[in-house]
Amino acid sequence: MIDPVTLIVALIIVSTPVLLAAIGELVVEKTGVLNLGVEGMMIIGAVTGFITAVETGSVTLAFLAGMAGGMILSAVFGVLTQLLLSNQVATGLALTLFGIGLAALLGVGYPGSSLPPVPDLFPASMQAIPVAGPILFSHPLIIYLAVLLVVAVWFLLQHTRTGLVIRAVGESHDAAHALGYKVIRIRFLAILFGGACAGLGGAFLSVARVQNWIEGMTAGAGWIALALVVFASWKPWRVLLGAWLFGGISALQLRLQAAEVNVPVALLDSSPYLVTIIVLVLISSDRARAALNAPAALGKVFHASG
Amino acid sequence: MKTPIKTLAAALTALSLAAGGAMAQDDPFKVGFVYVGPIGDYGWTWTHDQGRLAVEEHFGDAVETVYAESVPEGADAERVITQMILDGADMIFTTSFGYGEATNAAAGRFPDVYFEHATGYLREHPNVSTYSARFYQGRAVIGHIAGHMTESNIVGYIASYPIPEVIRGINSAYLHARAVNPDVEFRVIWAYTWFDPAAEADAAQALIDAGADVIMQHTDSTAPQTVAQEAGAISFGQASDMIQFAPLPRVASIIDNWGPYYIRRIGEAMEGTWEQSDTWEGMPEGMVLIGEMSEAIPEEVRASATALMESMQSGEYHPFTGPINRQDGTAWLAEGEIADDGTLAGMAFYVEGLTGEIPN
Repeated sequence: MIDPVTLIVALIIVSTPVLLAAIGELVVEKTGVLNLGVEGMMIIGAVTGFITAVETGSVTLAFLAGMAGGMILSAVFGVLTQLLLSNQVATGLALTLFGIGLAALLGVGYPGSSLPPVPDLFPASMQAIPVAGPILFSHPLIIYLAVLLVVAVWFLLQHTRTGLVIRAVGESHDAAHALGYKVIRIRFLAILFGGACAGLGGAFLSVARVQNWIEGMTAGAGWIALALVVFASWKPWRVLLGAWLFGGISALQLRLQAAEVNVPVALLDSSPYLVTIIVLVLISSDRARAALNAPAALGKVFHASG
Repeated sequence: MKTPIKTLAAALTALSLAAGGAMAQDDPFKVGFVYVGPIGDYGWTWTHDQGRLAVEEHFGDAVETVYAESVPEGADAERVITQMILDGADMIFTTSFGYGEATNAAAGRFPDVYFEHATGYLREHPNVSTYSARFYQGRAVIGHIAGHMTESNIVGYIASYPIPEVIRGINSAYLHARAVNPDVEFRVIWAYTWFDPAAEADAAQALIDAGADVIMQHTDSTAPQTVAQEAGAISFGQASDMIQFAPLPRVASIIDNWGPYYIRRIGEAMEGTWEQSDTWEGMPEGMVLIGEMSEAIPEEVRASATALMESMQSGEYHPFTGPINRQDGTAWLAEGEIADDGTLAGMAFYVEGLTGEIPN
């Protein structure tokens, strides 16, 4: 009744914007910074990406512009929280409100504009392979990049010296500072990386998935990304799992409804949130270990004194 | 440093006095609009804002309008309404079903302000009116077209919330699709949102994956149109014309035309002749329009759809004319019987032939 192949294809597409934003935020939080402005950076990425796609006709430039848009907004957050030592929670929330409003302003006149098609990475002959074709080969480049990014972030954090420094800054900025690491510079770079990822996720949403600019189109995806990072206890693989779970259940519940399966719709509708949270809570149920993984300096203001 | 500050303060005082004086001279009638989505949805909220612009155009300086976009349905709405009134609004239009309680609560606290609540039914205070359009008349026309044009005989329907308004639309579309195509089936997805482009796009894709080649929507964004376009399915504009998707996938549309009603009611309020009412207008009054039927519709179907539309505009045909049974097979309307407005307004059941279940 439900075609598993189209389900998996839908899962991958639905989960990608959230995955991109979440993996960026994970790195930001690993350096001890809590940026609640993910939603705002995503929607700025969505609008700058869309405008660029319409004006230049280039999808590549559109995605780059989405990243740039997210980065610029995140730089505002970086200046306020890292240089002017403002409160991270309040600044992040303000960033989201500002981003949504600014995006609406920038996007006036653009809804409904026609876009260049987003090319698939692999040729049509490979997409024609039964089962594997649609699932593995029918996507644009960004989808593969998103998964590669998870691998890269995991490798960076676990197996490189840079990763060690990032984690040190996130655990104890005073100790890292005492060792001579540039806490503010590292955090600022992480914030920019998070902005670029969120912006790319937003651009994917407007340019590839919905193929339109509509005000308020991220509709909470940034908040889901934030929640994913926490429930995944700051582990890249779990972020991937959580994003796929969320996307998979979202796609599945729609197909169950279309197939008229007799399950209460209210339950189906809330199931992506419920299942994702329950599964991620279960796999990180060892509280002591989960707490160990949370960056100890998360959200704390760093001021180099003494 | 003292002098500049004093000067500034004096200037501010002078400015505020001047502003106050100006307001006292020609105080325009101030009207506030509360929107559920952004104006840029190019759907439901956009059509209400077109109505607001028609008001400004009609009254010129005599009326001042303000609006708030993307106001959540619920307690937040009451805060927004209150703020508008404290800022001087004389009349408030709340343009979504979920604002009913907030509108009435505010109406109780501000008895001198006129309230108009779209698609609602609660009128707890004499200063609250409700108004709605008979969208189901438009649904009949697009159902007719869909029944003719579907090849898979599966019509996908993106529904928002299980409220009478939405259920009525599904019933009307289905009845008129089945009238011309006995094999047609409807698949309904409840999105539980009025506006979420990504979710609407996903729902459209799920319906197409389930075999639908016609997509109807009772949500507000144009996202389903894009998905239908890519999949080669046909679709219908919702609330606004969505003409940018013509000739395919969008083959026709149901358009809400609020301007005339807004102008009439604001005029009445200004003259003091406003009375509480429950307005429900449709094609005969011009509140519901059908957008241009595109070339993609076969000539003879365009003709029969136009005839159906005209029969409703003239008032000779009612989309809910018996015999019609309820989904469980019990009789609802006998041969030739016409549904009364009370039943339609509270419609909570599917008609016979629809296979899904209404969530409760």
